[in-house]
Amino acid sequence: MPNPVNTIPLPRELTTKPRRSDKVFRQVVTTGGLSSLAILGLIAFFLARSGFEVLREEGLSFITSSEWSIMTDEIGNVTESNFGLAAMLVGTILCSIIAVVIAVPISVFSALFLNFYAPIWLKRILVSIIDTMAAFPSILFGIWGFLVLMPSVEYWAKLINKYFGWILLFEVKPYFFTRSPFVAGVVLAIMIIPIITSVSREVFAQAPLDRIQAAFALGATRWAMIKAVVIPYGRSGVVGGAMLGLGRAMGETVAVYTVLNIVYQVNWHVLLGAGGNVASLIILKFGEASPYEIKALMAAGLILFLMTLMVNAGANSIVKRTGKSGR
Amino acid sequence: METKPSNQKQVQESGKQMTTPIKPSSLSSVASASPHRVESVHAQGTGLETRGVHAWFGKNHVLADVSLDFTAGSVTALIGPSGCGKSTYIRTINRMHEFIPGAAMAGEVLLDGKDVYAPGIDVTKIRLQIGMVFQKPNPFPSMTIGENVLSGLKLAQLKVANKEELLEECLVRAGLWSEVKDRLGTHGGSLSGGQQQRLCIARALAVRPQVLLMDEPCSALDPGSTLRIEETVRELSETMTIVIVTHNMQQAARVSDYTAFFLSDGGPGQMIEVARTSEIFSQPKDQRTENYVTGRFG
Amino acid sequence: MTTIVLPTKPWAASKQDRLRNFLFYLLAVAVSFVLVAVTPMKGKLAYAVIFFITYMTVTSLYSLLITGSAAAKDAAIKSLVGLGATVTLIPILSIIGTVLRKGLPGLSLGLFTSDMSLSAPTDPLSSGGLLHAITGTLTMVAMALILSVPLGILTALYLTEIRGKFSGPIRFLVQAMSGVPSIVAGLFILSAVLYPITGNYSGLMGALALTILMIPTVARTSEEVLQLIPNDLREAGTALGGTQWRTVAMIVIPAARSGLITAVILGIARIAGETAPLLLLTGGGDRVTGKVFDGPIGSLPYYIWKSFNAGSPEALTRAWAGLLVLMIVVLILFTSARALSSRKIS
Repeated sequence: MPNPVNTIPLPRELTTKPRRSDKVFRQVVTTGGLSSLAILGLIAFFLARSGFEVLREEGLSFITSSEWSIMTDEIGNVTESNFGLAAMLVGTILCSIIAVVIAVPISVFSALFLNFYAPIWLKRILVSIIDTMAAFPSILFGIWGFLVLMPSVEYWAKLINKYFGWILLFEVKPYFFTRSPFVAGVVLAIMIIPIITSVSREVFAQAPLDRIQAAFALGATRWAMIKAVVIPYGRSGVVGGAMLGLGRAMGETVAVYTVLNIVYQVNWHVLLGAGGNVASLIILKFGEASPYEIKALMAAGLILFLMTLMVNAGANSIVKRTGKSGR
Repeated sequence: METKPSNQKQVQESGKQMTTPIKPSSLSSVASASPHRVESVHAQGTGLETRGVHAWFGKNHVLADVSLDFTAGSVTALIGPSGCGKSTYIRTINRMHEFIPGAAMAGEVLLDGKDVYAPGIDVTKIRLQIGMVFQKPNPFPSMTIGENVLSGLKLAQLKVANKEELLEECLVRAGLWSEVKDRLGTHGGSLSGGQQQRLCIARALAVRPQVLLMDEPCSALDPGSTLRIEETVRELSETMTIVIVTHNMQQAARVSDYTAFFLSDGGPGQMIEVARTSEIFSQPKDQRTENYVTGRFG
Repeated sequence: MTTIVLPTKPWAASKQDRLRNFLFYLLAVAVSFVLVAVTPMKGKLAYAVIFFITYMTVTSLYSLLITGSAAAKDAAIKSLVGLGATVTLIPILSIIGTVLRKGLPGLSLGLFTSDMSLSAPTDPLSSGGLLHAITGTLTMVAMALILSVPLGILTALYLTEIRGKFSGPIRFLVQAMSGVPSIVAGLFILSAVLYPITGNYSGLMGALALTILMIPTVARTSEEVLQLIPNDLREAGTALGGTQWRTVAMIVIPAARSGLITAVILGIARIAGETAPLLLLTGGGDRVTGKVFDGPIGSLPYYIWKSFNAGSPEALTRAWAGLLVLMIVVLILFTSARALSSRKIS
């Protein structure tokens, strides 16, 4: 009789042949899913294609120079053109940074209030109000900002200039406060506070309960607990939220257009009524632009697109790191 | 099933038993015998007592009329099946119960004769005097081992003359010093579960509590770590009052001087019987206690 | 021994605590009035700042003296977070209040029955209306819906049902797409479709740009909703012998139905007020028109924009009225989305 052989059998290969309908399903869904890749790619492609001529013509000065002018002869040929975004880029960055600097502390405090200090009924009401505000159209903020908020902000700007005017940033020459980067920054801040508050609120809500309890059991006050547990945990989430707000502020068009004077000169004096951002430049020039100038506007759009893309990608990677180390 | 009136009589009786406490032999002689004693630690207060404590979650009455008197320097184990209010009970002692939305309570919790729920009391100070160790070890990951132990001081803004001395003392008493003394500046990530729990014990000790509440501290640990923590509990009881919730009856038998049995019959949890540990396991007075300790249920 | 014991909350703020807090408020108000009267500081800002600083100082000092430094810091932070929430709330209330105050006078029945083909924004309010704006917005939103909902939901389905190797990149791309500024979307359609192909303003162009802005919202919310559907449902479907697509179509999607509707509504709310791309692509027509593929078309945001830029008091009132209508539309969309999603959870 042959000896029984004691060997462990190898695992069987499992194959499934998907039904044809499922194959089709997979393909349709995958194609739909890749649509976002396609769209983003197309955006970059077409903007680059349209703006290519201008970019090649201007070279690096497209970003470094502040002049924006075009001269045509009688038949419409372009005789001379100079397109430079520097003033607008500085304006974009300035307004967005002001917005973030104002919005982040307010949002973080609001989120802490909602999560840890507010009674439940109040929290529910406030959360619905703040979330709804995130849906208000930007044109509403622009018009309200221009007609209602601006007088107050100008007054504050004058105060800041009076007491801190010796700091170069707050110098105002000539003495003109209307429609400054500061006003635009305040309006943008009000627009992005709901977003940052919402993100921060969600991040804080996920702070591990057992550590919170440990802190309280040790005799911590609410603030001591927040400082020891919630803030280390939620730090990267808040930063991610702030960058999301930054991206939104950078791309804002109509809200900034109404409250910021477009001037073709780099302006670092935030209280002075001069500046501009890339998006509002595009709106301003579009109405009467010749075909060549429109190409320049496309190039400007490309720059704006790349800037916001980078900020959003950075925001994403930072938010993903929330809670990884709790540090 | 016993009828209500005799049930309450039972509670009253056991309550009466406890009000004439049987003190363990002189605290001071026990104290000086221990080699780890540091001058600054002293036998604590006149003890902890709860009178008629009830607890609710919203309309749900989860704990009824628990009166217990804990002798200073003793270890009391709270045993009973899951869900009969033991954890809720100890959380009413250090006022952690009130964090749950909808929580309510009744009755008094007296520390050194003063009700911890009295109006005007600073609750953070209560929690400094009544410490807690949780079921799942929860050291702060953003701090080093040394910072973790001293975190209670930072949180409560307490000033201490010699931080290193306190740090060493707490880690010694928690039985962790020899294992971590060379890496106090590292983060606690590499510690095992048992070590983390002892770190949490050291952390709780740093603010010098009179009472230490432990909510199933060993249930997430392996047997070796469990035994080490039980040793620590016995040593700590020389200088503080310890209340330990446990599912493990052998643990209760090993570690505690007194044991209280909790049970819920579908309604709020109640304390059925309390006695010296040896008595409750050998000669329980209530039939339900006997059923539980002999393993007939739960 | 059958006394009934009542639940209490001894940790809640006592009458004494509440009274003391109220007195602190009064003290802060009083100090702010006194200081404003006595010093050169003036205006609402002065009152607010002095009130806040006084209140914070008084409560912190009280805690410091009664309890200790930890409690004092906690009291100070409590004031600060309260301030943060208030500062967040004030603009919202101001905006809503202003829109109501300035927009209501402009509302009339005529507003909803006539368009601006025969009137200018500066004309008195009795002439002209925003019917064309409403129809324009509705048309473009509908077209955007048709395009973005399938793409958005398909994207979500890829991420939750198929979970193929592109999932990471696709999720990242959807996030990136939600950050695309609306004007960039407008420029894209301008350069990719309008100039090369049609050469004319139209509602379709506007709708295409709005689609780009809507897809990420729909995709992200749908993904969240589909994730919530427990796996047992899918397993039950395939265990019964269903193919994947049948399981998805007949079990998963109906189960997620209200959530998906929420996603769509949120997408609509997102694009209903978008202005910039419409300024580039639609030409801001003044008449109610059925021609959506060729020729200018009006929309609520463009109507508001035109009225605002005209500048006269009548024109501004038109703008506010338009904003009021827009805000009501957005609010209705939002509350229905919220109502739907809370019903789904229960």
